[in-house]
Amino acid sequence: MLKSMNEISCNCQAPGPAGSDVRRPLPAWMMLAAAPLGIALWWLVYTHLAAFSKFLTYRLLPIAPGSHLGASVEFLLYDTPKVMMLLVLVVFGVGVIRSYFSPERTRALLAGRSLLVGNVLAALLGIVTPFCSCSAVPLFIGFVTAGVPLGVTFSFLIAAPMVNEIALGLLYGLVGWQVAALYAATGLAIAIVAGWVIGRLHLEGYVEDWVQQMTAADQAPVETRMTLRDRMVYGKDAVVEIIGRVWKYILLGIAIGAGIHGFVPEGFMASVMGRGDWWAVPLAVVLGVPMYSNAAGIIPVVEALLGKGAALGSTLAFMMSVIALSLPEMVILRKVLKPRLIGVFIAVVATGILIVGYLFNMVMS
Amino acid sequence: MEIQILGPGCARCEKTAKVVKEVVAETGTDARVEKVTDMMQIAAHGVVSTPAVLVDGVVKSAGKIPKKDEVAGWLK
Repeated sequence: MLKSMNEISCNCQAPGPAGSDVRRPLPAWMMLAAAPLGIALWWLVYTHLAAFSKFLTYRLLPIAPGSHLGASVEFLLYDTPKVMMLLVLVVFGVGVIRSYFSPERTRALLAGRSLLVGNVLAALLGIVTPFCSCSAVPLFIGFVTAGVPLGVTFSFLIAAPMVNEIALGLLYGLVGWQVAALYAATGLAIAIVAGWVIGRLHLEGYVEDWVQQMTAADQAPVETRMTLRDRMVYGKDAVVEIIGRVWKYILLGIAIGAGIHGFVPEGFMASVMGRGDWWAVPLAVVLGVPMYSNAAGIIPVVEALLGKGAALGSTLAFMMSVIALSLPEMVILRKVLKPRLIGVFIAVVATGILIVGYLFNMVMS
Repeated sequence: MEIQILGPGCARCEKTAKVVKEVVAETGTDARVEKVTDMMQIAAHGVVSTPAVLVDGVVKSAGKIPKKDEVAGWLK
């Protein structure tokens, strides 16, 4: 039971090179020379995707322009390659940046920090530190026993899965940079404030007793020096590992999005997830918690919902609760937290999401 | 030589164990490979990210699947 829980929630983000990989990678100068060429080629293909998908849909396939099916197919053929291309670029870039960070280094940076400064730093480091929710428990223990305050640890644990390159890359590509920036800013704000509140409540007693009694050995792995080439290989490994894992969710999400795009009537979502009703935001959060999906699967659906008139605040709230509050992660954290602390954690984060939802429904109306 | 592989049993931990065992077999090293899946024990070693590999109690890598030549270096 617990093992299967571990497996579903293992959205590991640190890349792992294949063990049998013994061939020699390209020398650094070749990789550096290939980079601008690759980006130019990337850009050329990327800017012609819309025309290409129109051509495929209406010329090569016997689909009439303006039909429901046409709208769905065009969406599918345009968004899939677009999103994949964006993700390859973003995951590679973030992978290279990530190679400069490790959970051990982050822990050393956060140990003994005061609240607020610590919370801000923890949330920001949450974006760039390689994090895998299957090591959430050792990470939690490692942080707390090394003297990272509880509230600061929570800021990290909230930000790491919520504000990541997949979510931001997809939002940027599908919905636009404004919503991506809003999501990043509000996600970080929730992580900072929720961690700060948990810190102020002094709930250290609600960490499981065995964790409190534990004195962990404080040893970091022997750091191997990485050359620029190593970091580029690390980025490439990240692309292979992450895209290899999330592509099916993205396809599923885009297929659902394409269905909504073509067949759900214009303005339909305005009546369901519209901005007028006070219960729209809490409903979005309640619907989001039991859904376990990662950013990859949910964002294409979110885009389609927004296109049909769903209010931005309710949609952001839905997306955040799906990604940040998930049942499998609660089950894993239950090993180190007493039920009361889990309850506080859920309540504080959910409140933050509700505030974000109401705020944007108000501002955008 | 004692080699411990620390991880809750996710796919990446299995992969790490496989890599380590292959290298041990290929180099003919006299080493005992043991998997540690208990969270308390993992945490007690001070490891923050899994999968981690310990050789004679020293953390050699954490949070990644090591490459074969890296593992071979630890066994010398």
